[in-house]
Amino acid sequence: MRSSYINRSTVLALGLGVISLLQGCMMFARPPKDLDYGRIRTSEARLYRGEIRPDGDSIPKGKLQKWTLHLEDAGGAPIDAAKITIDGGMPQHGHGLPTKPLVTKQLGNGDYRVEGMKFNMGGWWVVKFRVNATLGADSLVFNLKL
Amino acid sequence: MLRVLTFAGFAALAMVAGVTRGSTSTGATWSAEERSMLASLTLDKLDTLAPDPSNRVADDTMAARFGRQLFFDAKLSSNGKVACSTCHLPEQDFQDNTPLARGVGVTGRRTMPIAGTAHSPWLFWDGRTDSQWAQALGPLESAVEHGGDRTQYAQYIAAIYRREYERVFGRLPDMSRLPAHAGPAGDSATRAAWSALSVTRRDEITRVFSNMGKAIAAFERRITFSPTRFDRYVAAQLAGRAHTSIDSLSQDEEAGLRLFIGKANCITCHNGARLTDDHFHNTGVPASSLVAAVDSGRTTGVRQVLAGEFNCLSPYSDAKPDDCSELRFAVTEGDELLRAIKTPSLRNVASRAPFMHAGQLSTLRDVIAHYDRAPRAPFGKSELKRLKLSATERRQIEAFLETLSGPPRHRP
Repeated sequence: MRSSYINRSTVLALGLGVISLLQGCMMFARPPKDLDYGRIRTSEARLYRGEIRPDGDSIPKGKLQKWTLHLEDAGGAPIDAAKITIDGGMPQHGHGLPTKPLVTKQLGNGDYRVEGMKFNMGGWWVVKFRVNATLGADSLVFNLKL
Repeated sequence: MLRVLTFAGFAALAMVAGVTRGSTSTGATWSAEERSMLASLTLDKLDTLAPDPSNRVADDTMAARFGRQLFFDAKLSSNGKVACSTCHLPEQDFQDNTPLARGVGVTGRRTMPIAGTAHSPWLFWDGRTDSQWAQALGPLESAVEHGGDRTQYAQYIAAIYRREYERVFGRLPDMSRLPAHAGPAGDSATRAAWSALSVTRRDEITRVFSNMGKAIAAFERRITFSPTRFDRYVAAQLAGRAHTSIDSLSQDEEAGLRLFIGKANCITCHNGARLTDDHFHNTGVPASSLVAAVDSGRTTGVRQVLAGEFNCLSPYSDAKPDDCSELRFAVTEGDELLRAIKTPSLRNVASRAPFMHAGQLSTLRDVIAHYDRAPRAPFGKSELKRLKLSATERRQIEAFLETLSGPPRHRP
């Protein structure tokens, strides 16, 4: 009985140790292998499709950038007059974006001007557009590798 | 003799082989990804300095000459003994090697170097200003730095620098019937005298005051970095050249560089040619035993810059609102700002003891040990995780950091 108790606590301690070690290593580990870094993504509840088009096409580190977000429904019809908020960060570092990007203009034809985008370090970033439009509320999540 | 020649032959062969493999004189090899990381840290990758739309004289040589005079003028203080150069000593990388800056009193923070700060979106450890010229104005009115006030400075400019000022900024306003001491900071008499002035008079004097900052910034903007042994090492590496004595790193320095861009994660925040991400991080640095007040870092800094009398969107800025993107899109709240402090450039770091924002850590060895241990933050949450470096690895990182020094350079 005693021996089995020791064994269980040893296993538990080892297990916790491994988990904390993994968390420590995860901090700056390589991102998951199956991440989709595509610039066209379907929203989480599949209500919308979005495409990010960074000005100048590239996404440089440490520079404020302007993007265009194109938004359409599953059939490809542009979605205008959406309310969009933006957040994101680095999942492996546990921090958010270094800036507070905003949609500053509706350009029509499902296009939205996004300003204030910035990434201050290399690694895996996530940018999330929370969209609220005619079809309902949904989120578009983009993975970036800098 | 034969043995020596044989050894030399092998060494020569090894060197040739090394060059063709893209390895170094010490035999280290860098992968394509690592080479790209190394390149990103070199001075060659420093962006061409963008214009400062908030300061229309930023690139005016006459303004820079005038700013230089102001920078070294100790009369711009309450006791006639404190100039910008009192703490920003040119022969010491424009800093003072003391934990807390000393002007007419003692501040709560460490003096920051100036080289390359024209590239920074945020100035001061907490980013409480968003331009070099706005930064320069803070200490002039601080009770513990220069300790002076706006009417004192404006009248001094009219008396001593009228020609220099008017050549750059146009006519000075009428200085007659101004109180000797008046300003929005300072003691109650100084503030009362300021309140007694008309709005127009206050604006005229503040315009002169802000122009002083713009001239100082025009001077500071030209203070930049010079290439270091690290930059030369990477240049030789990328060109596939054999290393010579001026561009080689020792085995320890190379190992330290590998840790810097790898296991030790230094490059996460110390990235780009200036080795800073220009952002704010809580790294759990211990509170200073010399400072009584709690330092909440960016939490306070961001409030100050948003409300700043001289920020990019202010009437004293020459910028259009569209030019002020850093300010317009700044993160203004959240736990991540608490006790977050700006990442300093690591160029010339080895000559800049003591370290951190209030000189809390005396040596580079202490700094590396701190990042290795990753202690809990005095308040807020530290972003660090333990690194588990060996004593040898810590020493190697220190050795590498010493390769980042080069004399400051001043653009003509």
